[in-house]
Amino acid sequence: MLLIRGGRVIDPQNGVDEQLSLFVKDGKIVDLFPDAGQHKHNLAGARIINAEGCLVVPGLIDMHVHLREPGHEYKETIETGCRAAAAGGFTSVACMPNTSPVNDNQAVTEYILDRAAKSGCVNVYPVGAITAGLKGEFLAPMGELREAGAVAVSDDGKTVKNSELMRRAMEYAKNFSLPVICHCEDTDLVGNGAMNEGCTSMRIGLKGIPNAAEDIIVAREVSLSELTGCRVHIAHVSTKGSVDIIREAKSRGVNVTAETAPHYFTLSDESLETFDTHFKVNPPLRSARDVQSIKKGLKENVIDVIATDHAPHSSLEKDVEFDYAASGIVGLETALPLALRLVTEGVLTMRSLIEKCTVHPAQILGIPKGTLGRGCDADITIIDPSAAGRVDVSRFKSKSRNSPFNGWEVEGRARYTIVKGRVVEEGCAPG
Amino acid sequence: MPLRSKDLLTIEQLSVDEINLILDTADSMKEISSRDIKKVPTLRGKTVINLFYEPSTRTRTSFEIAGKRLSADVVNISTSSSSVSKGETLKDTGKNLQAMSPDLVVIRHSAAGAPKILADALPASIINAGDGAHQHPTQALLDAFTIREKKGTFEGLTVSIIGDISHSRVARSNVACLTRLGARVKVYGPFTMIPYFVEELGAAVAPSMEDAVADTDVIMMLRIQMERQSAFLFPSLREYSTFFGLNLERLKRAKKDVLIMHPGPVNRGVEIAPEVADGPYALILEQVANGVAVRMALLYLLIGK
Repeated sequence: MLLIRGGRVIDPQNGVDEQLSLFVKDGKIVDLFPDAGQHKHNLAGARIINAEGCLVVPGLIDMHVHLREPGHEYKETIETGCRAAAAGGFTSVACMPNTSPVNDNQAVTEYILDRAAKSGCVNVYPVGAITAGLKGEFLAPMGELREAGAVAVSDDGKTVKNSELMRRAMEYAKNFSLPVICHCEDTDLVGNGAMNEGCTSMRIGLKGIPNAAEDIIVAREVSLSELTGCRVHIAHVSTKGSVDIIREAKSRGVNVTAETAPHYFTLSDESLETFDTHFKVNPPLRSARDVQSIKKGLKENVIDVIATDHAPHSSLEKDVEFDYAASGIVGLETALPLALRLVTEGVLTMRSLIEKCTVHPAQILGIPKGTLGRGCDADITIIDPSAAGRVDVSRFKSKSRNSPFNGWEVEGRARYTIVKGRVVEEGCAPG
Repeated sequence: MPLRSKDLLTIEQLSVDEINLILDTADSMKEISSRDIKKVPTLRGKTVINLFYEPSTRTRTSFEIAGKRLSADVVNISTSSSSVSKGETLKDTGKNLQAMSPDLVVIRHSAAGAPKILADALPASIINAGDGAHQHPTQALLDAFTIREKKGTFEGLTVSIIGDISHSRVARSNVACLTRLGARVKVYGPFTMIPYFVEELGAAVAPSMEDAVADTDVIMMLRIQMERQSAFLFPSLREYSTFFGLNLERLKRAKKDVLIMHPGPVNRGVEIAPEVADGPYALILEQVANGVAVRMALLYLLIGK
């Protein structure tokens, strides 16, 4: 039993934003009531959490992470990835299928869920592959994946090159009510590009990736969604063009949603001037103009979700020449303070920010989370928005350290991360 | 140390005063190569390692001769004989070399930014002898030295760089160096090879080959890499040489005292006609000769005394 009192409860799903106490029993939310108000509950034996000065929100959901297990356990495991999630305030994560073996069948999905049940401290929702082996040749068995517990399909990390195959994938995914999550990059235009094509790439001589590489595929996925009626979710939006295409598609009623990651609204390609491989990510960090468009897209709800694309890599992949370095940033333990900056800057209201990390991803994935409704699972994050600290990668719970934000002074952190009524993390990174 | 940094990684890191110091020092070094006994004891007891991850004849030999004329011990490492093929990282290779106490490491590498990895990890001085499409600062300095010898000044000069600008570290370093010294720089080539935002470097894109050739004091032709034919950048070598090559016909419209330069190696008949490469205004071999003097100057300024 838990009694969380004194905090500002924000539950966008139920239109709640007020000072309330929250009573949890047997892993469920039993009741919300004014701190000084009357209630009918016997609180004897309940742990009391003082949430004064804090926000009490539905457990945050990161619908785009790479947990690396099975296959790349030296980078991350389901256990460490979940601990990183909890430290960052996330109570649920959806993990991408580019493991080894690829999550393109029931056995791998079951393995992930089994490992998560045994070693994971947060909820893990597997995303299955669109195509067998992520090879872009044949459909993966989506029915079997769904039955085993996959909540979406994606060839994340790769675009399904063949448009006919993508069309059929969308049609077939509808049979199983699976959203299709699209990684949008025209492979030929990307070539062996290492960063955004722009002034910085021109100056430092790294091969550039033009915005058009993303825009073209976003436009294709929108067209295919329109053709097939499939629910399409655009992963890690990084360009102004994508935001414009998605805005226009939504205005026509196309069934499309979108996410972006904290690095795309926080960093621009100028950061790559020093050849620091921690800034290498795919899609690449774009221009300052794109960063502004991403923020505008968040503000106007063109971009529905903030997801981290948590991509752990070891020094083996990062401590090498820029051209040879792997792309990816670990995001779980820095996402919350970076996202809170959007509120400080006036880009988002607190409610809107919480929506993008709770209600929206829950709706897109069709999972019963992201709410503090009575009777629902007690997945709760208690955020201290003013706690100041310095990002220190050596204290990350993740196995990997590949963050460009090391040493940043940030504000805001999760004080408590609660999954099904159990406190899985207290104190919480960073700082 | 007369230069602010222990390393030479880019032209951008140098002030105009530092560039002039290097060119002035090269002036006095040049004479040594014309002596009967081409050796001075300046760097006796110093060790220089040439670490070349890309094939090179000119630049590697130039550094080796520069070091030897100053009495440094020069060791050459090329990829075929190193542990690179065994999978060792650049940083580890650098640390292992450092354990043998070199004073300076010259590195050439196909990846932009690779010399910085060594510069950050090693106490030894690092000279960038070309990294990917990023920088080739010693080439730009020897080009500037050659132009200064002939023209005396950079003020009022226009330099045209023609060819594959996108993939050229020589172009990037030269634009930075020449504009810093007061020259105007124009670039031209197939627009598939002119990077967007090149104006941000201070270079103008010439409207035509005619303009690039006619209205300029120095023409710098860049080597076209044969393998790029397969990368959609131009239709054929024949078409390239017809529209972007420098031949005698085109040269008729150039200034009478135009200087013609090329960083080498030259593809005769592709970007430059043989009669032009061997003609009276071509400075290609003088560039090579000056390369030794400029590299002697840099070795001296970085690790002398």
